[in-house]
Amino acid sequence: MYGTGLLKGLGITLKHALDTFRDDSKDVPSRYADSIQLDNRRRIIEQPIDQEGLLTIQYPEEKRLLPERFRYIPMLIWDTQKNEDLCTACGICAKVCPPQCIWIVRDADENGRPVARPAEFYIDAAVCMSCSFCTEFCPFDAIKMNHDYELAVYDRYPQLVYDKEELTVPVEYYAALWPSQYAAEEEVRQRKEAEARAKEEAKAKAAAEKAKAADAPAQKRSPEELQALKEQAAAKAKAARSGGAAGGEDAEAKKARLEELKRKAQERAKQRKEQGE
Amino acid sequence: MASVDPAGFQQLKEQQYLHDQITVPAELQSNVLVTTLDKAYNWSRRSSMWPLLFGLACCAIEMIATAASRYDLSRFGMEVMRPSPRQSDLMIVSGTVTKKMVPAIVRIYNQMAEPRYVLSMGACATGGGPFKEGYNVVSGIDKYLPVDVYVPGCPPTPEALIFGLMKLHEKVERQSIAKVAWYRKESSGFVPVPILGPDIFDPRQIQLIRENTLGEGAASRSSGGGEVRVMPELLSDDVKQNLEAIRTRYLAKMKQPA
Amino acid sequence: MSDAVAEAPVADAAAAEIDASLPYNNAVPGAVLGRWAEESDGGLIVAADKLIPLMTHLRDKEEYDFLSSVTCVDYSKYGGKLRAGVSERFDTVYHLYSTSKGGGHVKLHVRVPENDTVPSATAVYPGANLQECEVYDLFGINFEGHPNLRRVLLWDGFNGHPMRKDWHEAYYDEDAKPFKSRHPAKGYEFHEDKLPWGKNTTYPEGWDPEDWREPITYVPVSQAPGHDELGELDTESIVVNLGPHHPSTHGVFRMIARIEGETILALEPEMGYLHRNHEKIGERNTWLMNMPYTDRLDYINSMSNNLGLALAVEKLMDIEVPERASYIRIIMAEFTRVINHLWSIGFILNDLGALQTPALYAIEEREMILDLFEEVSGARLMCNYMRFGGVVRDLTPNWIKRALYLVHERLPHTLDELDRLLSGNEIVKARGKGVGYLSPQDLIALSISGPMIRAAGIPYDIRKVDPYCIYDRFEFDVPTLPDGDIYARYYIRLLEARESLKILRQALRDIPGGEVQGLPAFASATIEAGFGTIMGGRGGYSFRPPEGEVYQRIEAPKGELGYFLVSDNKANPYRYHVRAPSYINLNGLGPMSVGYKIADAIVILGAIDIVLGEVDR
Repeated sequence: MYGTGLLKGLGITLKHALDTFRDDSKDVPSRYADSIQLDNRRRIIEQPIDQEGLLTIQYPEEKRLLPERFRYIPMLIWDTQKNEDLCTACGICAKVCPPQCIWIVRDADENGRPVARPAEFYIDAAVCMSCSFCTEFCPFDAIKMNHDYELAVYDRYPQLVYDKEELTVPVEYYAALWPSQYAAEEEVRQRKEAEARAKEEAKAKAAAEKAKAADAPAQKRSPEELQALKEQAAAKAKAARSGGAAGGEDAEAKKARLEELKRKAQERAKQRKEQGE
Repeated sequence: MASVDPAGFQQLKEQQYLHDQITVPAELQSNVLVTTLDKAYNWSRRSSMWPLLFGLACCAIEMIATAASRYDLSRFGMEVMRPSPRQSDLMIVSGTVTKKMVPAIVRIYNQMAEPRYVLSMGACATGGGPFKEGYNVVSGIDKYLPVDVYVPGCPPTPEALIFGLMKLHEKVERQSIAKVAWYRKESSGFVPVPILGPDIFDPRQIQLIRENTLGEGAASRSSGGGEVRVMPELLSDDVKQNLEAIRTRYLAKMKQPA
Repeated sequence: MSDAVAEAPVADAAAAEIDASLPYNNAVPGAVLGRWAEESDGGLIVAADKLIPLMTHLRDKEEYDFLSSVTCVDYSKYGGKLRAGVSERFDTVYHLYSTSKGGGHVKLHVRVPENDTVPSATAVYPGANLQECEVYDLFGINFEGHPNLRRVLLWDGFNGHPMRKDWHEAYYDEDAKPFKSRHPAKGYEFHEDKLPWGKNTTYPEGWDPEDWREPITYVPVSQAPGHDELGELDTESIVVNLGPHHPSTHGVFRMIARIEGETILALEPEMGYLHRNHEKIGERNTWLMNMPYTDRLDYINSMSNNLGLALAVEKLMDIEVPERASYIRIIMAEFTRVINHLWSIGFILNDLGALQTPALYAIEEREMILDLFEEVSGARLMCNYMRFGGVVRDLTPNWIKRALYLVHERLPHTLDELDRLLSGNEIVKARGKGVGYLSPQDLIALSISGPMIRAAGIPYDIRKVDPYCIYDRFEFDVPTLPDGDIYARYYIRLLEARESLKILRQALRDIPGGEVQGLPAFASATIEAGFGTIMGGRGGYSFRPPEGEVYQRIEAPKGELGYFLVSDNKANPYRYHVRAPSYINLNGLGPMSVGYKIADAIVILGAIDIVLGEVDR
């Protein structure tokens, strides 16, 4: 009969609509099955693959649980134990960057000799293509991909050219965002360190006497300077490059936001752990 | 953008863009009517901001994904993507802007009715993105149009786009009916349409180009009272400032020893 | 060499030079002048004046009926040794395949000096039309006898031919990446400061913008037949322009149609509105850097674009891919095909007027697959997942379980539902059946590939006829439909998505796990230290493949996607060309639309299923 195909199709759309109502009338709709409730409005959603009915994520109240490998814009890692950049300004990231959006200036000491540390580090977010080659090829695990996507700003210059301070985050932040990768890297690092230490000890024993005279390591930075840098970096790291909306948020808000991010990341890590078990 | 004196413009810009706080002008501080009206006015504009159905490249796919059921732009009253510029308030420049396309974009922008907003979505629209060095790529739509919100990312995820839209809502909420440019007499948002020559050129920069191709001191014929063919009548101040800034930067750069 | 022949076309003199050991010289005397750089893949150097007879012979007698790719290489800055002696500057390259025999290609090279002309292949293969336009536009090679040679990607009046090696753009830094200015001693520099006007434009010396008059755009549809030939209604035919900003053109694409009443008399596509210089940038990039750029070609199917480039470079460098990596690649490529077909079905229906409902249903399911992509690669759209020698990271622990659920439960259900929703719908049938018909012979002659020709009854699928990767291990059918109209093009996509699920089921069942000889099994270790792996990929970014050239084609969801690469043993490709299915399938848009209504042209375009990122590159 003419029109049956049409009616059949309409039946399917009706079924879709009813599915949504049925799913919503459950105590826990299937899209919330695996989600984490933060407070009475906000939650982090991990959509189950067998989700039925409506699948709308009501951003900004509800946020999607991002997978660990999610990549957006790179970030630089600050080693909080040693209080220094992991970056050694070797320039590999700038070399592999396909759109060439990374600019590095290597630091120099008073005599003009290069020091393995970046003086300036820029990433042009208006060019970056989020390919994550920089993180793949960095030999020092100093540059990683950030998960923060809330970066919209009102002005392009200079907000979207991220400088070193805006890019730097503490290593804990990275560990919370990329738990399994961080663990794997840590394992490799510790193994290497152990090997190096063993070698060092053997070497040190032999050369202990000889080295005594030459024991005047040039302190690269004075303690005061280090302290200032540390504070500065800690503050900056806390801000975690919150989109560079100059004046957009005050320090309080930034802090709160970062706290929230961190908590989110931890929760995510916890959840992942549970899942793994 | 209205043409106001530079100092006033700066103030306006600070209020509108940097939105630290709204400084109510002295003459309006007791004006309850305007602020209440502002609230209603901004609320209604913010809650039904219709975007132009306008996809350029990869980002358009994410824009469609944002409008589809999972992220559902209709929660913001934005689901009605209008194919006609006359009916839309917001242009989401989603993707790489090429030189061949930019005259069409500027024309569409000129056809949109005030109040209108431009959101530059993704790295390409913001600054040329990975294709910035390309010969047919415009390094950022802000070279031609005033942009209200930039969303970086390649491509921005739907959440990032929605965040950008909320930023735009914030901006709308901070505007005041007493100050907005489009109710002013001198307001003219007309952007001269770029022309496809041997390479694309902006009519606003003809003199600059002449000096470069014909040598320093090439006088513009149109300035001598001849026919004014493509020069626009009004140059808005931010464009002037922008051009001046670029020029000073360039000149300073040229003066530096190699 | 070709010069000598071109200038002395005396039959006797030419006959004396004929080398009978070269193929086809018996059939078309004097056509083949030699082999191309002693290569094993059989590139033949052809005399320019004998190109058309040779092509006719190949098409009619040898069954090479499918002209896959036409492109050009500018040899003026070639740094390798193998072709150092090439005297002519340009080399136009033709790749011919057979749809009936299957198998490999015949590659023809016609070498021409600057300002010389090449006979147009359109007389033999009408499908050369758009590709020759592209070569003319970007290299400035004139094709003699081309019916409509024009600038397709750039505009009339553009200064120069940008793909020539000596042509530089405004933001030009260096010939090859990485640029030296980025490290170690220069601060951030605004590109905009390079020129006083702050834009990336250059103008020729002595050019006066005030004197500039835009050239009148050539409307190629103006030679349409007179109105009195068609019907008794005495109306004037008019030209209608659609695009570049139009909701139904799937991006920034423009159609110019001459219509009589509502009937289309002629229709010409106009593109280039998203021409973002993929090839020019690609020749500056290192080989690896091109990988994320391929994501942005066909931005719905980034995974299969990755696969094509990975396979091409692996062929060039002779890299072996581990089993597990091959399986992962196939899984990703087939998921991509499902995504693409769901998307395209949704949007064909959108064009038919079923506004949004089918598209929304399709996008919902697509999101589920994108979640899987995001979990392994980190991005929804621009996956950048494959590397030369494998994939960048292994699958996550729960991934296969989730994929199995999708493949066995969710997606079959979705496809069935779409089938029930749409296939029997009377409106879809009425609008689709018999509309946009083109005969199978015409489709092949126009170099159209992919679901388009399978919907016209030709079982031509590269996965079957010229298998790549490990497709020969899987059991699947190549569905065909006899009709060759819009309805068939819609329905074939549904059938193909089902076949993809079949492959996915087998691949997910058979995928090997674990490590192979202590190396991660998802990437090869041909190049030092786990090339392309995230944990140890040191030094893998600047390798130099051996000299040579390669053409690798895959069955992308939209048709035949080919990568043509020329290496001169440098860290970046000497020539990087993409044979984009969407672009070449547009050859058929005009012939398909003529005679139908203007509203049908929208759906005909929708059923070709183009993506502008790939059309314009």
